[in-house]
Amino acid sequence: MTTLPTSTEKKLGLVIDLDTCVGCHACVISCKGWNTENYGAPLSDQDAYGANPTGTFLNRVHSYEIQPEAAPAQLIHFPKSCLHCEDAPCVTVCPTGASYKRVEDGIVLVNESDCIGCGLCAWACPYGAREMDATEKVMKKCTLCVDRIYNENLPEEDREPACVRTCPAGARHFGDFADPDSNVSKLTAERGGMDLMPELGTKPVNKYLPPRPKDRDRSEDVDILAPFLEPVAAEPTGFLGWLDKALTTMPGGKN
Amino acid sequence: MKDQPILDTSPKVSDEVRKTTCYMCACRCGINVHMKDGKVAYIEGNKDHPVNQGVLCAKGSAGIMQVNAPSRLKAPLKRVGPRGSGEFEEISWDEALTIATGWLKPIRDTAPEKLAFFTGRDQSQSFTSFWAQGFGTPNYAAHGGFCSVNMAAGGIYTMGGAFWEFGQPDWDHTKMFVLFGVAEDHDSNPIKMGIGKIKARGARVVGVNPIRSGYNAVADDWFGITPGTDGLLILSLIHELFKAGKLDLDYLARFTNASCLVNEDPKSDQYGLLLRNDEGEPLVIDSRTGDLAPWNGEGVEPDLRGTHRHAGVTHRPVFHKMAERFLDVQYAPENVAAQTGIEASRIKRLAADMARVAFDEAIELDREWTDFRGKKHAKMIGRPVSMHAMRGISAHSNGFQTCRALHTLQIILGAVETPGGMRFKPPYPKPATAHPKPHGKVTPGAPLDGPHLGFTHGPDDLLLKDDGSAVRIDKAYTWENPMSSHGMMHMVIANAHAGDPYKIDTLFMYMANMSWNSSMNTKAVMEMLTDKDDSGDYVIPHIIYSDAYSSEMVAFADLILPDTTYLERHDCISLLDRPICEADAVADAIRWPVIEPDRDVKGFQSMLCELGARLDLPGFVNEDGSQKYQDYADYITNHIRRPGIGPLAGWRMGDEGLQDGRGEPNEAQLDAYIKNGGFWMSHVPDEAAYYKPFNMAYQNWAVKMGFYDSVQPYIFTPYVEPMRRYQLAAEGHGRVQPPDHLRERIKATMDPLPIWYAPLSDELTDTEEFPVHALTQRPMAMYHSWGTQNAWLRQIHGVNPLYVPTKIWEQHGFAEGDWAKVTSPTGEITVPVAHMAALNENTVWTWNAIGKRKGAWALEDDAPETTKGFLLNHLIHELLPEQDDGMRWSNSDPITGQAAWFDLRVKIEKTDAPAGNQSQPAFDPQKAPVAKGPKSLAWKVGK
Repeated sequence: MTTLPTSTEKKLGLVIDLDTCVGCHACVISCKGWNTENYGAPLSDQDAYGANPTGTFLNRVHSYEIQPEAAPAQLIHFPKSCLHCEDAPCVTVCPTGASYKRVEDGIVLVNESDCIGCGLCAWACPYGAREMDATEKVMKKCTLCVDRIYNENLPEEDREPACVRTCPAGARHFGDFADPDSNVSKLTAERGGMDLMPELGTKPVNKYLPPRPKDRDRSEDVDILAPFLEPVAAEPTGFLGWLDKALTTMPGGKN
Repeated sequence: MKDQPILDTSPKVSDEVRKTTCYMCACRCGINVHMKDGKVAYIEGNKDHPVNQGVLCAKGSAGIMQVNAPSRLKAPLKRVGPRGSGEFEEISWDEALTIATGWLKPIRDTAPEKLAFFTGRDQSQSFTSFWAQGFGTPNYAAHGGFCSVNMAAGGIYTMGGAFWEFGQPDWDHTKMFVLFGVAEDHDSNPIKMGIGKIKARGARVVGVNPIRSGYNAVADDWFGITPGTDGLLILSLIHELFKAGKLDLDYLARFTNASCLVNEDPKSDQYGLLLRNDEGEPLVIDSRTGDLAPWNGEGVEPDLRGTHRHAGVTHRPVFHKMAERFLDVQYAPENVAAQTGIEASRIKRLAADMARVAFDEAIELDREWTDFRGKKHAKMIGRPVSMHAMRGISAHSNGFQTCRALHTLQIILGAVETPGGMRFKPPYPKPATAHPKPHGKVTPGAPLDGPHLGFTHGPDDLLLKDDGSAVRIDKAYTWENPMSSHGMMHMVIANAHAGDPYKIDTLFMYMANMSWNSSMNTKAVMEMLTDKDDSGDYVIPHIIYSDAYSSEMVAFADLILPDTTYLERHDCISLLDRPICEADAVADAIRWPVIEPDRDVKGFQSMLCELGARLDLPGFVNEDGSQKYQDYADYITNHIRRPGIGPLAGWRMGDEGLQDGRGEPNEAQLDAYIKNGGFWMSHVPDEAAYYKPFNMAYQNWAVKMGFYDSVQPYIFTPYVEPMRRYQLAAEGHGRVQPPDHLRERIKATMDPLPIWYAPLSDELTDTEEFPVHALTQRPMAMYHSWGTQNAWLRQIHGVNPLYVPTKIWEQHGFAEGDWAKVTSPTGEITVPVAHMAALNENTVWTWNAIGKRKGAWALEDDAPETTKGFLLNHLIHELLPEQDDGMRWSNSDPITGQAAWFDLRVKIEKTDAPAGNQSQPAFDPQKAPVAKGPKSLAWKVGK
C-alpha cells in the first residue's frame, strides 16, 4: 500500500483532441522509440518477426465506430496512455512503493528498482494504461517524458513529451492543469474537455476534447445556402445572355 | 509515505545529432538522427525542415527498426538454382558488375532497346534517366504509370502542376478544405499538419472517399462516394456553379484559355483547335478594341463573350464551350445522385458552400502585383476554397479526366494561385509546353536522342515506329495511351514476356516489388518471370534487381545488386526531379550516410556510377575513359545538367563566393547541406507569392533561381488542345493516324474539356454479377513493401482483413472470424472478413501490401502477413476482358496508361475457413538469402 500526495504543486498532463486525431500512430511509435532508449528498461518486443508479435507500448491508439441513427457511421481514433490520475488506484495498490505520484508535478511513475513485477497496479488501473515488460518483468507506463520536459540537454522548445512533439495533426497538447491560464486549461474550458470515465472517481489529469458534431450538411437548417445557387438563366443560351450583362460590370468589361 | 526517489531529469540525450532526410515513405521529411556510441539511438522530426517542421509520423519514428532489420540483403547474389527458387550464392561486387557488364555491353553496342530499365519508387529519376539516356534504351521509366500519373499529368496539362510535390492548399488562409481520395504517403505529414492547422481555427474539412478512415474520419462532412464516380460528382458541382453564375469571370478571362478562340467549323481540319496568329500564339478578342489580339499582348483585356468570324469560320471563346458542356442537364445533381451514391440535396449544398466561401468570404491581401500583360493589380484576391486529391481519384480508367475536372472546378472558382486556395511549389508551376517531349530514337552504341519521358502535344509526338508499332516496351506514347507521361511500368513484364512489341534481353529493376504487390495479376507475373521457351531458355533472358531488403522480387532475379538502407547512403532530392519545396520557398535536400553499412552493399546510384563507367556511358566516363564519378556523392556535387545548374541548388560557387540557384560546382556543397540540417531553402519574395504563372515578380525570380532560362508566363488550360489534336486524328485528319479499332475510343475519351465516363471495365463486365467495388488503402503507419516488415509497425498493421460494409455483411450473414470467397471476372481469393460501418455500402477494402509471401522479408513462415494476409492484386488483370472484336486493352486509363487498380469489381460469398486458416491463393515458401530475425528485441543502444 502506497500513499498519494494530498496535493501536487503542478498537475502536468495532456489534452488530446479527438476532433483532430487522424489515428496515424505517430505518437505511439515516437513514444516507443524515446522510451526504449531512455527512462528505465527498454520497451521490448517478443516474437518480433513471428506469428504473434507483442511488445510493450506506453501509448496506444484505439479506433471505435459510432453509428448514429440518421447519419453515416463515424470512426473515432482514441489515443490512450496513463492519465496521471489525482486519485491513482495504481499507486495506492502498490505493495513496495515503486509506484508513486510526484509531489512537484503529479506525474505517476514507477521506480523500476523497487518494482517486483507483481502486476497489481495494472489490475488496479481501470484504463489498462500499464504494461508489464515481458523481458525485464518490470511495470512500464507513460512517464509524461519526465526525462524530456525538464531536460537541460534538450533545447527549450523540445522540452515536451515525445508524443506531443511528433503529433503531425497537432492533436496533443501538454501543460499544467493547475494553472487556469495554461494552454491546456484554456483548451479544456473552450472545447468542453472531458474526463475519461469520471464515474470511477480516479480524477484523471489528462483530458479529451470531444469531436465536433459531424455531417452538418445533412441538417435541415442549410436553406440559408440556397441563394448561392440561384440560377441565372433557365437555358445555356440564357446563361450567355446573363454573362453578357455580368461582364459589363467586370474590370475591363465594356461599360 | 516514503521519500520520492531522486531522478535525473536531465539525462544525456545523445552523443550527436545527424540531420538527414527520411525515406520511410515518399514524403521526404527532415529527421534528427540521435547517435549514441556510433549507433542510431532515436529518430525525431527536424523542426527547421520545410516539409515536416519537427513532426514525424509512425513510419519515420520506426526508421530505427529499419537499420537493424533482419531482411537487409548482405552482399551481391548470383542465382544458382532455377529462377524463383531463391537459390543464390554470394559473390563479390567485381564479379557482380562484371556479369552485369557482360550482359549489357553487347546489347548497348547492337540493340540498346533490349535493356528495359525501370526504377520503381525511385527518388533519383533525374539521375537514373540520365544513365538510361546514356545507355541509349528508350525503355526507361519509374513507377508513376502504376501510381498517380493521372493526377500529375492531369494537373500539368490543365494548369502546370497538381498536388503534393507540385502544390498545396494555402493552409494559412483557406476556409474550406475538400479532400478527394488520397494515398496517405503523398504529402503524409503536411496534410496532417494542414488539417490540424485549419481545424484549430474552425475551418471546414470535407472528405470525399468511399472509406471514412484517417483524414475522412475527422472530416466535418463525409461523402461516401461510389468508387470511380468522383468525376461525375465534380462535374455536377461545376454544373451547379455555372448555373448559378458563381464563377470568377475576371480570373477566367485573364488567366485561363477560357478566353481563347476555338474553330467551330466541323468541316475544317482545324475544328476544335485554337485560332492562332502567325507566331503560333492563341488569339483572344481584346475587349478594349473588339479586335483579335494575342493572349499575352501588352494591356490586352481578354473578352469571354464575343465570337469571331474568320475565313468563313466562326470562332467562339472556350468559355462558350465550357458553358455548353457544364450546363448540360446530364450533370444535374438529380441525374448523378444514383451513380455517385450521393443525394442530390447534398451535392447542391456542397456546391453552395463552395460558392459562399469563395465569393462571400473572399480574401483580399493588400499586395500590389503586375501581370504578364503589364497590368498592375492593387490587391491579391483570394477564393479560400482549397482541395487535395491523389491516387483515389486517379487510379481509375477515367482518372485523367476526373483529375482535370477537379482542377477545372478549382479554376472556375478562381482558387488556384490565389490566397486561401491552392498554391504551387517552386519550380512549379510549369505547363506541359515547358516540359520536354518524349524521346525514343535508338542508335546502337550511342545515347538516346533526348529525355525518355515528357508531354505529347499531338500525334506527331507519339513514339511509333514506321510500321505503327510501339517504340517502347511498355507501349507508352502510342495510340493506346497517347499521353502516358510517366511510362507504364505495370505493362513491362507482360509485354516483355509476350515479345510484344518486341523481345528484350535484360530486365533491370530497382525498388519495385513486381512479383508481388506492385503488379496486377501477380501469379501470372511470377509465371512470366520464370517461363522458358522451346529451347529451354528463359523467355526474359536476364533479370537484374536492386533492393535493400529480401523482398518477394529477389527470388526472380539472376543477379542481385544489394542497395543500402536510407540512413547509409547519399541521395539528393533535387529541383531537377521531385523536390521538397513549399509554396513560400524553394528547397532541396540530401541524404548522407549517418551510419556506414555493416554489409557488402552499395547505394544503387553509386553502383550505377561504376556500372556506367564500365559500359563507357557518356556522362559517366572522363575523356581518358576512366570513371567520371567515384560515387553518387561525387555526381551530386559535380554533375552539370545545364550551364550553372546541377543536382543541388544551394551553396553553388559564383564569381564572388557562394550563391543560390545557379553557379559552378562547390566541392564543399554536401558539407554545407549537412551543416544546415540536410536541406537548402530560399524564400519566394512576398510580391511573387501568388499568381505565380502570371506574376512578373515570380517569373523574374524563377529565372534568377534557374528554374527556367527565360521568363515564360502562361495561362491555365481548362481546354487541353493536344487532346483535341488526337480526336481530330481519330476523325481522319492528319498524317499520323490511329488504328481503326481505337478511333471510337479516342473520340470518346480524349475530350479537350473534362468529361466523365464509366470505368472502362464496367462495359465489359456484368456489373450485376460483380456488384461490389474493391479497393486498397495504405495505412498511415506502414508503407507498402518499401522497407522491411518493420518490427514495431507490424504490431499495428500485421493483419489485413477484408472490410465489409453493413449492407453486405448482413446480406451474407457474416460474423467476426468468418471468411469470404471474393471473385472478380479474372481471379478468386479466399480471405478473412471484418465489419466496417463507415463505408460506402457497395465497397469492400483492405490494407495494401500487408500480405506477404512465405520466406520473404525474414518473417517466420507462420507470421500473420503470410497466413491470413492477402493481396487484392490476384483479382486485377493487366488486360481488360475481351471485346467484341477479340482485342484486349490494357487495364489502364486510355489517355495516360495509368493502371486502373481501383476499377476492380467483385462478388462476395461466405465460405468455410481454408485449411490452416491460410488465405488463398497460397504460394510455396521462397528460399531467402537472409536469416530469420531474432525472437525478441530490446533495442537500447546507449549504456
